[in-house]
Amino acid sequence: MIQFSQEKLDKVKEIIARYPEGKHKSALIPLLHLAQEEFGGWLDVPSMDYVAGLLDIKPIEVYEVATFYSMFNMKPVGKYVLEVCQTGPCMLNGSDQIIDHIKNKLGIQAGETSADGLFTLKPVECLGACGYAPMMQLGKHFREHLTTEKVDSILEELRLAAKN
Amino acid sequence: MKLLLENAHIEGIRYYEAYRKNGGYRAVEKALKMTPDEIVEEVKKSGLRGRGGAGFPTGMKWSFLAKPDGVPRHLVVNADESEPGTFKDRYLMEFLPHLFVEGMIASSYALGSNTTYVYIRGEYAWIPDILEQAIAEAKANGWLGKNIQGSGFDCEIYVHRGAGAYICGEETALIESLEGKRGNPRIKPPFPAIQGVWMRPTVVNNVETIAAVVPILNMGGEEYGKIGVGRSTGTKLMSACGNLKRPGVYEIPFDLSVEDFIYGDEWCQGIANGKKLKACIPGGSSVPILPANLLLKTAKGETRCMNYESLSDGGFQTGSMLGSGGFIVLDEDQCVVRHTMTLARFYTHESCGQCSPCREGTGWMYKILKNIETGKGKMSDIDLLWDIQRRIEGNTICPLGDAAAWPVAAAIRHFRDEFEWHVLNPEESQKRNYGLAHYADPLEIMVS
Repeated sequence: MIQFSQEKLDKVKEIIARYPEGKHKSALIPLLHLAQEEFGGWLDVPSMDYVAGLLDIKPIEVYEVATFYSMFNMKPVGKYVLEVCQTGPCMLNGSDQIIDHIKNKLGIQAGETSADGLFTLKPVECLGACGYAPMMQLGKHFREHLTTEKVDSILEELRLAAKN
Repeated sequence: MKLLLENAHIEGIRYYEAYRKNGGYRAVEKALKMTPDEIVEEVKKSGLRGRGGAGFPTGMKWSFLAKPDGVPRHLVVNADESEPGTFKDRYLMEFLPHLFVEGMIASSYALGSNTTYVYIRGEYAWIPDILEQAIAEAKANGWLGKNIQGSGFDCEIYVHRGAGAYICGEETALIESLEGKRGNPRIKPPFPAIQGVWMRPTVVNNVETIAAVVPILNMGGEEYGKIGVGRSTGTKLMSACGNLKRPGVYEIPFDLSVEDFIYGDEWCQGIANGKKLKACIPGGSSVPILPANLLLKTAKGETRCMNYESLSDGGFQTGSMLGSGGFIVLDEDQCVVRHTMTLARFYTHESCGQCSPCREGTGWMYKILKNIETGKGKMSDIDLLWDIQRRIEGNTICPLGDAAAWPVAAAIRHFRDEFEWHVLNPEESQKRNYGLAHYADPLEIMVS
């Protein structure tokens, strides 16, 4: 049986209180973010069912929303998800080369996870960093002005972080 | 003249103390001494037009808001900035959060919104912390909460994070998403001003629009309306990107010429790496791409300027749009086919799937563009693309269909020779790009 920590449960209460009485379904997307953070970076059926229970809505209402939004991962991902933008302005600044470099370096294709379970490559569409292209999202933050050298040092940094 | 970013360089302006010391929250003080209707009048007089992309007059939008007795109303701010090429709202929220919060408080008072929501795109994951801190500071200083500054007006602001869906920038899809549903746009009418979030009267405005309410109140609507050119009043934030020497967010006066914006020392300083200008999408990925010769001068040979009217001069035949201000520049070595292909992929990824022309058409266009780009295209594909985009445009519930159709149409309209070259030279096109061709750098070649 999966469950949020007490700290997360307090956060759930606080989030639900932002919306009018009876309109608690509005808290669904924020709660799915919490669930994805808490339960391993992706949303399996038990996690989604748990969120449905917290909001007292039908599981299908959660599934249909979770599958609509691209930030929710519907299958397991590595410890670090490299979300590299590939849309127009990033492409003009070499995002294709960045994506190819990551593929070669890690021996994976788009959407795959490296054998050590550390990295998933997820090419994504425009993230709103066009002036600082090419870029990737790494967890909560953006990494911008990418070069192949910079990607190498990011991978190294993450490998070190994973050990500690 | 800077109205929004004037204080952006001041140290600590992100925090309440520095913001207040530099004239912050004067607009709210002023607003609370006025009646809500007087504020709506000021915004009308200012001529402010929605900065999200559509350019609809804000004061008029506000005046449509229904006010039935006993039904709460809401201001929902659209911070779902997702139009490729656009990153100005992010800049505002990240570096001037209090300007944004101040604009929201004054606007909430004008609209009678006791609970205001900021719908922010999920990927801007670190910005809610910045906004929530600014909101908490404002509240601690009596600018939010119950009975603000003794005015009797109560207001709370909440930040609501989306989860990755371009379509949620469309106001009714945003409302659906805020209700905890899939971001499927609603059929209008009813418009949000009558039945919006939770079926309550709702105004949805862009971040920059709301921030602009602050200078409007500070200087008065009439004064604000005198700045700019014609129906383009005030200033505009531009997100400059692509192959520019100095990309970034700029606040521009509307009488600035496109040429000065691209080449001026104060602005983008020209094309990166000393290359030549090939083309530009001046207002976010959805608006028509223009070859260099039509970008700097209109078809009539007049200087093109950075405002709503001048950028759309010539209609879609020879003009474009100011849109969201996402200014994407392509240098001489860029491939228009490949660039258009990435945009088509974007739109097929982001189509919500409700309307068949968009759901099926965007994917079909992407496949054809991919074939042409990878040397597998046929000459008839170009006409087929034209036909598909024409059948999407105007045939969908929301403007995403148009937004997906326009870039393809404009690319074919102005760069057909480049598409044909790909088809005729499948092997060569894999090794090199087409280059500048006849729409070469207009600084050297005159408009034909």
